[in-house]
Amino acid sequence: MSSEFILLLPLIIVGVMSVISILVDAINPNSKNSGYYLSIVSIVAVGGFALNNFYLNISGINLDGANLITSNMLSFGGFSAFFDLLFSIGALLIVLNARNYLDTVKTELNEFYNLVLYALAGMMVMAHSNHLLTLFIGIELMSITFYIMAGYFRFASQSVEASLKYFLLGAFSTGFLVYGMAMLYGSTGSMFFPEITVAIVSGSANNAYLMFGAALMIMGLSFKSSAFPFHQWAPDVYSGAPTVVTSFMSTAGKAAALSAFIIIAKTIIPMGFDPTGLESAVNTDKLITAIAAISALTMLVGNITALVQKNVKRMLAYSSVAHAGYMLMGIVANTAAGWSALMFYAVVYTFMQIGAFIIVGLLERDTDKNLEYDDYAGLSKRQPALAAIMALFMFSLAGIPPMAGFFGKYYLFMSVINTGHLWLALIAVVSSIISVVFYIGLIVKMYFTDSEDVEGESLPWNASRMLVFVTSAVVLIIGLNPGGMLSFIKSAL
Amino acid sequence: MALTTIFFLILSVVAIGTAIGTVASRHPVVSAMNLVLHFLMLAGLYLTLNAEFIAVLQILVYAGAIMVLVVFVILLLNLGKEDSLETGFTARKGVAMTFGAAFVIQILILFTSAGSFTHEITDKSVNVGQVKNLGYILFTKYLFPFEYIALLLLVAVVGALLLGKKKLFLERDLPEKSLK
Repeated sequence: MSSEFILLLPLIIVGVMSVISILVDAINPNSKNSGYYLSIVSIVAVGGFALNNFYLNISGINLDGANLITSNMLSFGGFSAFFDLLFSIGALLIVLNARNYLDTVKTELNEFYNLVLYALAGMMVMAHSNHLLTLFIGIELMSITFYIMAGYFRFASQSVEASLKYFLLGAFSTGFLVYGMAMLYGSTGSMFFPEITVAIVSGSANNAYLMFGAALMIMGLSFKSSAFPFHQWAPDVYSGAPTVVTSFMSTAGKAAALSAFIIIAKTIIPMGFDPTGLESAVNTDKLITAIAAISALTMLVGNITALVQKNVKRMLAYSSVAHAGYMLMGIVANTAAGWSALMFYAVVYTFMQIGAFIIVGLLERDTDKNLEYDDYAGLSKRQPALAAIMALFMFSLAGIPPMAGFFGKYYLFMSVINTGHLWLALIAVVSSIISVVFYIGLIVKMYFTDSEDVEGESLPWNASRMLVFVTSAVVLIIGLNPGGMLSFIKSAL
Repeated sequence: MALTTIFFLILSVVAIGTAIGTVASRHPVVSAMNLVLHFLMLAGLYLTLNAEFIAVLQILVYAGAIMVLVVFVILLLNLGKEDSLETGFTARKGVAMTFGAAFVIQILILFTSAGSFTHEITDKSVNVGQVKNLGYILFTKYLFPFEYIALLLLVAVVGALLLGKKKLFLERDLPEKSLK
């Protein structure tokens, strides 16, 4: 077996298994469990092989240049292996949580687990892409799956609205993305990312079209990662979609969009490239300023609008916009330190956001009830464990020191300060302080506000409730040993 | 001026005109007919790029099969008064139009000032768009994207089924909350 085949295995498994799980469902339509177990098995296999590839990369096996099957359309570095692992962990949490969540509203179907596999495949192709075409296929595969998943509760109008809104705006933003790709190709004469970089550095690219194409691509990717001013869809879609889908879109989906953002930023803004002396070359560093402005405004707008929300799910949706702004700081830094800080934050964010959404899903009733801040009043009396863990997630999201979220923010802030964007770090600190108000507001509501409902209903012990403990434990462990996590990530780059 | 350039200009102007016609017309059948014309123009544009096979497919699949489906759907839907969809001019629309116009002007300035692309299609032979060559590169250089496009189409089918099937959630499809 050629070694390229081994590196390709995660992508092959997820592609083949997503087709097989449909076939199994078609052959045996009465089976209630096939989709659930098949998707768990395939996601675990994908994660295992991704981890294997990660260590293969550390041990120095380099296959660039010998890619016969994919003819260099994909790259197999530690970067993509790391994101494969992150996406499969996210997908696994979603699948395990989905069963109880969908069961309470009596909407469990094998197709749901199938769709998770498709979205996972799309994200993985994005993180592996080495060619504009593979990047586009990955983005579309992920987005189309999310359009469908957002409308999964088709009996509920808010879910249908979310799906339609996401679809229309997503199709529009894809137009920008493809137009940008065409401009990049026309300017540099290649669709392979390394060749695009070579054309930019050697000055053989047409600079006007290059800047135009790069700007359009940044617009398209900003939409996918819900950054200002293309964030308008995010709160409506995140709060309208089923909670379990929201937790998938806002964590793994956002990480995938940002992984594509890193790949594109690496390509069009070559690190350490100084165009002085090269008459025909353009200084793409100007784009860094644009991304920095997007990042600053995303944080501020996301956090300020989250301040006035009365609905917990909507508050988490707006704060998810703000977290995209924090993560964009890693791209502004445009150094290995910045990227590893982004990847660190993506891991932490995946766990704390999914954990918070699992709790929201546990307390939610009838797809859109029991989501207001007032419904959380006195939760510490009714559900002491859940309230404590929710408080932990809120502290971590706000970035209070002993939690993992603090170290994620710290690494991101340091990376932009070291590259001379002190103003961006200051804005990030200010917006973090703003965010403390509504995160701590929820804790105050849970602990220091009384409600008439003292008894509360007893929640069953199921997988979702276990996952709450697992995710909170991970957030705590990363918070206690952030250096270990960071060196794991740095070995990928 | 080369003959290709003249053809390109005619085709692209008509393509843009029919695209605007598709969006702007109030009557769905007029929209659909504009779209057919638009697809034909696109097929012509592919021909100017030496892509004969893609051009033929464009006419067969899009202008032929898909548009027939669209017209059938329009036929089966009982359409009400389209004029009632008309909305007045709002501030939101004004802002959108301003930004849209600014974007178009930017593109025009760019294209008039920046000149032509530095890179042209390397393979200009007439054989490049033939089925044999197309199939060859699809199964060698573009094998991976080709396989993954299949997943993309499959997920669209699954999604259409999931969102459109009549009885899906056996205990859930209650009339009280469903959309009218």
